[in-house]
Amino acid sequence: MLFDPTIRRAGALVVAALMLGAAPSALFAATPADTLVIADAIDDIVSLDPHEAYEFSGLDVINNTYDGLIELDPTKPGELVAGLAESWSVADDGLTYSFKMKAGLTFSSGNPVRAQDAAYSLQRAVKLDKSPAFILNQFGWTKDTVDSMITADGDTVTIKVDKPFAPTFLYNCLTAGVASIVDEETVKSHEVDGDLGTEWLKSNSAGTGAYVLKSFKPNEGYVLEARSGYWRGDAKLKRVFMQHIPEAATQRLQLEKGDIDIARELTPTDIEGMAGNADITVQQDVGGQIFYLAFNQKDERFKNEHFLNAMRWAVDYQGMVDTFLKGTEVVHQSFLPSGYLGALTDTPYSLDVEKAKAELAASGITDTTIKLSVRNAADRMDMAQSIQNTFGQIGITVELNVGEGAEQLKEYRARQHQATLQSWGPDYPDPNTNSSTFAENPDNSDEGKNTGYLAWRNAYDPGAMTALSQAAVLEKDPAKRVAMYEELQKTSRETSPFIVMFQIGYQTGMRATVKDFYTGGATDSVAYWLVSK
Amino acid sequence: MTEYSSPLPRSPLLSVLRQIGNTAVTLLVTFIGLLAVTFIISRVVPIDPVTSILGERATNAQIEQTREALGLNDPLWQQFAIYLGDTLTGDLGTSIRTREPVLQEVARRFPATLELATLATVLGVLLGVPAGVIAATKPGSWFDQITRLIGLMGYSMPIFWLGLMGLLLFYGHLGWVGGPGRLDAVYQMSYDFDITPYSGMILLDTALNGRWDMFANAFSHIILPAGLLAYISMAYISRMTRSFMMNELGQEYITTARVKGMPEYRVIWVHALKNVMVPLITVVALSYAYLLEGAVLTETIFAWPGLGSYITDALMVADMPAVLGGTVVVGAAYIGLNMLSDLLYRLVDPRARA
Repeated sequence: MLFDPTIRRAGALVVAALMLGAAPSALFAATPADTLVIADAIDDIVSLDPHEAYEFSGLDVINNTYDGLIELDPTKPGELVAGLAESWSVADDGLTYSFKMKAGLTFSSGNPVRAQDAAYSLQRAVKLDKSPAFILNQFGWTKDTVDSMITADGDTVTIKVDKPFAPTFLYNCLTAGVASIVDEETVKSHEVDGDLGTEWLKSNSAGTGAYVLKSFKPNEGYVLEARSGYWRGDAKLKRVFMQHIPEAATQRLQLEKGDIDIARELTPTDIEGMAGNADITVQQDVGGQIFYLAFNQKDERFKNEHFLNAMRWAVDYQGMVDTFLKGTEVVHQSFLPSGYLGALTDTPYSLDVEKAKAELAASGITDTTIKLSVRNAADRMDMAQSIQNTFGQIGITVELNVGEGAEQLKEYRARQHQATLQSWGPDYPDPNTNSSTFAENPDNSDEGKNTGYLAWRNAYDPGAMTALSQAAVLEKDPAKRVAMYEELQKTSRETSPFIVMFQIGYQTGMRATVKDFYTGGATDSVAYWLVSK
Repeated sequence: MTEYSSPLPRSPLLSVLRQIGNTAVTLLVTFIGLLAVTFIISRVVPIDPVTSILGERATNAQIEQTREALGLNDPLWQQFAIYLGDTLTGDLGTSIRTREPVLQEVARRFPATLELATLATVLGVLLGVPAGVIAATKPGSWFDQITRLIGLMGYSMPIFWLGLMGLLLFYGHLGWVGGPGRLDAVYQMSYDFDITPYSGMILLDTALNGRWDMFANAFSHIILPAGLLAYISMAYISRMTRSFMMNELGQEYITTARVKGMPEYRVIWVHALKNVMVPLITVVALSYAYLLEGAVLTETIFAWPGLGSYITDALMVADMPAVLGGTVVVGAAYIGLNMLSDLLYRLVDPRARA
């Protein structure tokens, strides 16, 4: 006998016990009724200090834990509404703004919200000088000047700017996360070695938002808990639990199972696969990122208008969306994403091989081989191959130069590429963010090293557009300002070495019971406090 | 090995001390070698850490400033000397992405991996060793054939696919196990507030805190990924056990034991298996080490916040200090396990005690 008889009997018992234990149990219920459970990839979060956070996932948290003087209406993309300020006005010279604070509001600590908190917060953001500080620096605020340019007196904050900017420009920038108002007393009480409390704020909150940050573990998740008495009305759900789950197939399984309420990283394949499921709804909206082709004008061919036109008519915009992009991108052909003030949403270009061939012939260019740099990411490779195919149909040979993201960026910034497939996300919810980079180039020389301007990276001198874009940011009449951006986009679309192709689409998978989940679209972040289920 | 052939008699204490000394030197050299290799790899890969830190909007002045601050303008040997000094004093640097000390992050992630790998190895041994032994006693039988087939499948099926299919079947359709992650959402949320973290390993901590409801939930989450990894290690362990055992059962002392009328189960499980233990320890240690470093895909599919997914995430954003730090810890664990199996040899095999 191979086994000792006692062992045989014990073994049988163990096997039976294991089989009983594996039977289905009541462990796997739906998500708690008062909690919104979300799966997303949140490994982009660097800090949850509102004056440092500058990544999508981090700004989602900031939007729900803090408010600014002015806010965006989450239900109407791009529309300004009062935040912690009740009213505001601008002096005739366009250099001084007054914001009157709402009365009776409190921070999550219970401290009252004062004008002093607002002034302190903007000063802090400038002094902290992290990535998003440049949004505020545009108004002439520096570490040395900000204390005198932003002051509080009673219930009024006075803000001075160094140029008579378009008021909407300031207002839009004040809706950005970096302009969030923090609780001065709480933050100061956590200051260590003059760090302005930033170490503490990385994983704690001190704001007026609908939620308070209860816990945060990098690359694992966070928990938000609702506070009562939120000035826009209490959050409908008591808690938000975010889990870092980067794998789309895993998210889908959990969503179908009811273990999560919302999945934010699904692929078109997952979306298609869930089509017949009555328990799941898919919400489609657009984000702010755009995809574009750029051609370096150090190569003289890319200054030829007919050659550029030929390529504009040789991209299969709709074909790509219909076949492999499927909702992850929508066709968009101007440098302002839709949702932005003045954005042009018409799409005049489509794949027209005959027209493209005629333009190519008119260009007189005979050397039609171009080298296209592209990042080794699946969606970009698909786009590049489609472009290679349709350009080939009109007689332009595309050689792909595939590489890692950071390396390609280095090449782009050094003006060493020939053609490149790139994406660009706006920095703040004002049209100047994209207009200044696509349509301005104050110094096109190599020595200028204006790497921040996409126009410069492509050795492209936009001519009169630079001045027009600079004037638009100073235009006080909102209607005129819109007209100026429309003209800029049109001119850029027809003459620049940029071919804008797509705007990013968000596909959010949700349990059918989830209502009112606003992603923030192109200009804003998620608003959890409106969600019910 | 000079120490074995030395004609001079010496005290056992001296011998043990010498062995420990030799092992320590070997370990240190191996560890420095590991650091050198990881360091060089991190420097030759075409990823510019500065671009990944500063991103698209950086000015040229910021780039130069950051290069200087990171010491990237220093000669390579100098950079390595600093790196070596820091690592040996427990400073693994600061993550580029989160700006947290890498040591702190690794310390938070490692217990999750350790828990998973340990449970998987225990299961793998519990299933693999008996399966290998039984297969060896009846070569060519149906049991042997099935064990080999299962083993072959464990070897050849991609773990990514197995994991997804496992989830689909046991979690999606049958509902026998918990889903991805270490706990259900409702427990995960209260975990930080209700549980005193003694070890960072959820099963252990919930048990020590007497939260058996949470323990049951954690068990339902870990059992599938651990079972999956156990399957892979079982495949390896059972094959190796079978071949060691076959070899052992052909020995003369086995025949002698049988002739003496010893019960077959004693011959196999006591006499033969004891001698198989020595090579088996190496096999188990290697498979354990493999799970500690190699559960990357499993961790990704099961949203397991362990070291494997930490290193992968870091690699994706070119966070080299985090990648290096994680690799060093895995390497150290590997070296540690090797030392442990060396020590175990001496316990099991009198010949190795010299």
